[in-house]
This record gives sequence, C-alpha cells and structure tokens, in this order.
Amino acid sequence: MRKPKSKTREYEKAIAAVPRKYLLRLYISGTTPRSVRAIENIKRLCDTRLKGCYELEIVDIYQQPASLATDQIIAVPTLIKTLPLPMRKLIGDLSDEENVLMGLDLVKTSGAA
Amino acid sequence: MKNASRAILARPARRREIPKCPTGISGLDQIMAGGLPRGRPTLVCGSAGCGKTLLGMEFLIRGAIQFNEPGVCLSFEETAAELIANVASLGFDAQGLVDAGKLIVDYVQIDRSQIEETGEYNLDGLFLRLDHAIQEIGAKRVLLDTVESLFAGLSNELVLRGELRRLFRWLKDKGITAVVTGERGEGTLTRHGLEEYISDCVILLDHRVNNAVFTRRLRVVKYRGSTHGTNDYPFLIDERGISVLPVTSVELRHAALREFVSSGIPGLDEMLQGRGFYRGNSILISGTAGTGKTSVGAHFVKAAVDRKEKALVFAFEESRDQWVRNMQSIGIELEPAVRKGLLRHDASRPTAFGLEMHLVRMHKAIEEFRPDVVVVDPISALAHAGSISEISGMLLRLVDYLKSLGITALFTTMVQGSELEYTDLAISSLVDTWILLRDIESGGERNRGLYVLKSRGMAHSNQIREFALSSKGIRLRQAYLGPEGVLTGSARVVQEARERAAESAKLWEIERRKLQLERKRKALDAQVAALRVEVDAEEAELRQLLAQEGQRLEAARTERAEMAGSRRSEARAGAVQTGPNGGGRKR
Repeated sequence: MRKPKSKTREYEKAIAAVPRKYLLRLYISGTTPRSVRAIENIKRLCDTRLKGCYELEIVDIYQQPASLATDQIIAVPTLIKTLPLPMRKLIGDLSDEENVLMGLDLVKTSGAA
Repeated sequence: MKNASRAILARPARRREIPKCPTGISGLDQIMAGGLPRGRPTLVCGSAGCGKTLLGMEFLIRGAIQFNEPGVCLSFEETAAELIANVASLGFDAQGLVDAGKLIVDYVQIDRSQIEETGEYNLDGLFLRLDHAIQEIGAKRVLLDTVESLFAGLSNELVLRGELRRLFRWLKDKGITAVVTGERGEGTLTRHGLEEYISDCVILLDHRVNNAVFTRRLRVVKYRGSTHGTNDYPFLIDERGISVLPVTSVELRHAALREFVSSGIPGLDEMLQGRGFYRGNSILISGTAGTGKTSVGAHFVKAAVDRKEKALVFAFEESRDQWVRNMQSIGIELEPAVRKGLLRHDASRPTAFGLEMHLVRMHKAIEEFRPDVVVVDPISALAHAGSISEISGMLLRLVDYLKSLGITALFTTMVQGSELEYTDLAISSLVDTWILLRDIESGGERNRGLYVLKSRGMAHSNQIREFALSSKGIRLRQAYLGPEGVLTGSARVVQEARERAAESAKLWEIERRKLQLERKRKALDAQVAALRVEVDAEEAELRQLLAQEGQRLEAARTERAEMAGSRRSEARAGAVQTGPNGGGRKR
C-alpha cells in the first residue's frame, strides 16, 4: 500500500520540478482596438502567471494569410496554445480572465499557488 | 438632375432582368431564367441528404469547366479530400480542377472541444481565408457549405449573426456569386434563419417518399429581380450530376410539321389519308391485353429504321432481347437496326424509380440519342410508379418535350374493362392520333379490330378494320359490314363464303335464264316459221280455190249458155222440155 503511494508522490514531485513550457500563438488583425486589447491581456497574463516559461508569437493575419488555414483560424483574435497538450483555441480578446485561465489549464495551478 | 430623370423616363420600357450566372446544371438554368443572380448570394436549403452540397459543388465545377469561372469552396463539414472523392463518384474530376488552379476546396474545422471563448471577436479570420483563396485563383464563384456549422462551434450568436450579415454583404461587394447551403429547420427554411440574410434568391431542396418511391424535388422559393419557375421541380442525382426537370412548358409553341411518317402498316396508313401520321405528332395506341399494341409499335419502329431514322424504345414490360425476339415472331427483324445503331432500347421496370426519375432518364436518353421516333411501351405500366394525376402530368411534359423536338412519339397503353374510349391516364387529349385496338368476341373466338378514334388535322377513316397478326406482320382487312355489324374471324370467312356462293348461284341463274330465253326465242322462231308455212299453204290453197272457182264459174256460164241455146231450140220444138231450174220454179 505504501509503495505505490510514495511513487505517486515522487512522480508528482518530478512533474512539478519540470518547468512547464507554454507555446502560445496569438492571431490578431492589424491594430484594431480588439487586437491591441488581446495583446495587452495575454502579455499581462504571461507576465504574472507564466513568467519565464512561455513563448508567445503574435501573428497578424493580414501579413500571413496562409497560416490561417494551417491553424484553422476563423475568428480573430484567437490565441492558440500548442503546448502543453491538449491544443486549445481561445477565441476573443482574452478579457474574460476566468475563461482564459481555464483554456490555458491554469486554474488549478493558481488554486495550488 | 432633371435631365437625368427625363432621360430615364424617355427610355423605352424594356424588361431588363438582373445579370445571371449560369450554373450549367441542366434544367436549373431554365427554371431560373438563365441562372443564379450574378454577384449575389443564393441560399440552398433542405434537409439532410437532399443534395445541397452536390448542387453547390456542381455549380463550382461546371462554372470552372464550362464558363471559365474559378471557384472556391469553403467547407465546414467535410474535408477537401472527402468532398473531392464524393463528387468524383458523380463523374466530376474536382482534383484535376484543383491541380489546374481553377478550384480551391478549403476545409474549415471548428472543433467545439478545443475552443474557449474569452471575449469579443469577429470572423476576420474566415473572411481573410476566403479572400485569400478568391484572390489566389481569381474566383468568381463561392460555395459556403454549410455556414451554419459556425453556430455549432461558436456560442455567441449575436456576434455570429452580425458577422454573417457582414460576410454576405462583403461577398456582394466583391461581386462574387455565392451558393450558401443551410440545413432545413422546423417551420423555417434554415435552422438558424439564414434566409434573413440571404434574401435575393432561395432554392429549397426536398425529398419525398410516395408509395415507397423516392423523389427529389427542387423549388425556387424566391428570386428577387427575376422571373422564375414556381413549381416543385423533380430532380435527380445520377452518374452525371444533377438534372432538374423544367417540367411544364407554359406555351404551346411547337411547329406543326406537314411531313408524314408511315405507321409501317399499309392498311393503317390507308386509313390515315393514305399517308400515315404527321411528323412530330403523338400517337396513342390503346387496347386491352393482347390486342397487339406492341406489335403496332414495332411496325412503326421498323418503318422508321427502314427510312434510316433513329428510333428509341422505352420498354417497361419487356427487356430489349425479349422485345426484339417477340417481334421476330411477326416477321419484324430489328436486330440489324440495333447493330447499325439506329435502334436503341431503354428497358426498365416502372417501379425501379419514381416517375420523375423515369422522365429525367427519358429526357437524358432522348437528348443523348436524338431519335426521330420514340415509342413508349406501355405508359400504363407507370401506374405502378405514381398516382394518376402525377402520371398524366409527367406524360404531358414528355409529350411537350417530344413535340418541341419534332419527334414523332407512339405511346401504347393498356385499358381495362369495357370503357375502351377512356384512358386511365387521361392522356387522350394530349395526343394527336388515337388508335384503338379491341377484341371482338363472337362465334366462340376472339379477333382483333382496329379503328382510328381521332387524328387531328386529317380526314381519317371511320371504319373498323380487322387486323391479323401473322408471321409477316400485321395485316389489316377490309371490314365486313354485315347485317349484324362487323364480322370478324371465321364468322367473316363463313360470311364471305356464303356471299361467294350466293354470288355464283346468282350467276348461274342468269345463265340459265339466258339459255331459257334463247330457247324461247328459238321456239318462237320455229313457231313463226311454222305459221308462215301454214299461211303459205293456206294461201296456196286459197289460190287453188280461187282458180277452181273461176273454172267453175266459167264452166257454169258455158253450161248456161249451152242451156239457153238448147231451151230456145226446145221452144221451137215444144215448150214441155224445160231446164232443171225453170222446171222447179214452175212447181
């Protein structure tokens, strides 16, 4: 009975030790207020919650229209979380923080922290 | 400003419809008076499996092939590979068009489970994707299939509705002719009310099952700025895509041809002014079972192929081989014509498809083969495939269609019971010539009679002819009209024999009379001769008598003179001695 329990704990420890890496891509359309707002929101969130463990790429759909098809973008702004899996798409200007955190699987971590 | 308005008023009032974008789908363009509204979106709605996507894809593919207008398909439901494979099964090489840069099929994936909505957004991504694709190939046509999937993927309906309105406006501004498909909703045309945004043209697709027969239908619900057909038009999807049936031609405008075509039966031609049917007319052969309707049709076909014309037979009861073989038994050899490509059969069971499918198939076959004559054998078989009014409607369309092409058509139909001059399918008024075949039952046998019930535009015979099927085909016999009506079969033969006997008896009688007269004359002559002899004899006798009398008188005179002489001498001698006369007188 003890052995498995300790192993689980060990595993969890090991997992926590590995810094979670966030790979994010934000699609915006030019410099519309909504796009600007989305950029501000994600940057603030990354700074507060994902400091040092994220990579954020901002794509202007007008500059790279071909990427729309590959990432299946229909709505703008859209934030794509490629890593960690599963892949999620966050549609909107990211002002609904609760939903954003849920989409990024961050609610738990915040509760733990 | 004033000048301009005057110029408008001064312009002749000419009906000008909005520009059209032909779909290339046979029949649909006719219904829509040229095609979809150019530069506007058209909503195609219908329930699942009614052919919305196919209609849209055919619009794009035909546009690319026939009208050199590249197209973009934005598919929300099927991947590009799936779509291309689907239309390939209907004979379209979509992949080839994609490779040639005339078609883009873009799959828009919306996976609800991956999506989290976190605030305001718009659909610029979709717009840009579409715009990018349009610009890449210079597309003129767009298919959005099915844009309503957005409602399943995104929850903010308010945003969606606004964006859809913007999308259609944007497409209009770009001058793109778009087909937007939408799922049929409860009591509404589309589940999410797309008809609110696309109000220029709405096409409704539908399918029904009637008597276990499946029929697809299409209706143009609205079409701003254009006339359009308003009926439910049947359509079908087969190996060559969609065909819509522009069912009824409103006007009767077919040219009346003055040429004649032979019926293939000399006796029948004779009944029809000696020339046959008018070319381009419709002929109905009706009759009870086994009266030889098909045989009449076969004669007609044979006459056509002998004239080197093309004949197309739609058989609903017999297979091609059976038809040809059976006609061989009455001496009609059709196999060579089949081999030469002059005769084609289209045999199918009436219940194999719905009526419309039959009609469309017939249209297609006719369009492909371009026959000069068409035989439908028998139309009554179609009663299995639909209701009476549907069938007569279908036949009306078929007759109209054939007439418009100048094709002479012969229909056979089976009638039952005693009401021979009534067709179950009520198509008698549609046809120009109606020939009735009937059984004449008398004297313990059934014989066949034929008469022309009507034939528009010609003085046809009013007689009932007997017709016989032999190994040399149909032979019409002059009708025998006896005191008991038309005699047929052996009754006619007997009657004819009887007549012949009577005739010869009469001849014999005359001969006899003649001889009698001759004899009489001879007898008379003999009598006359005898009389003359008699008279001569009498005359001779008389002459003899006269001569004798003369002699006697002479003799008497001489005697008297002698007597007188002697008396005088007596007186001289004595008066006693007198002559016998004088002596008597004295006493």
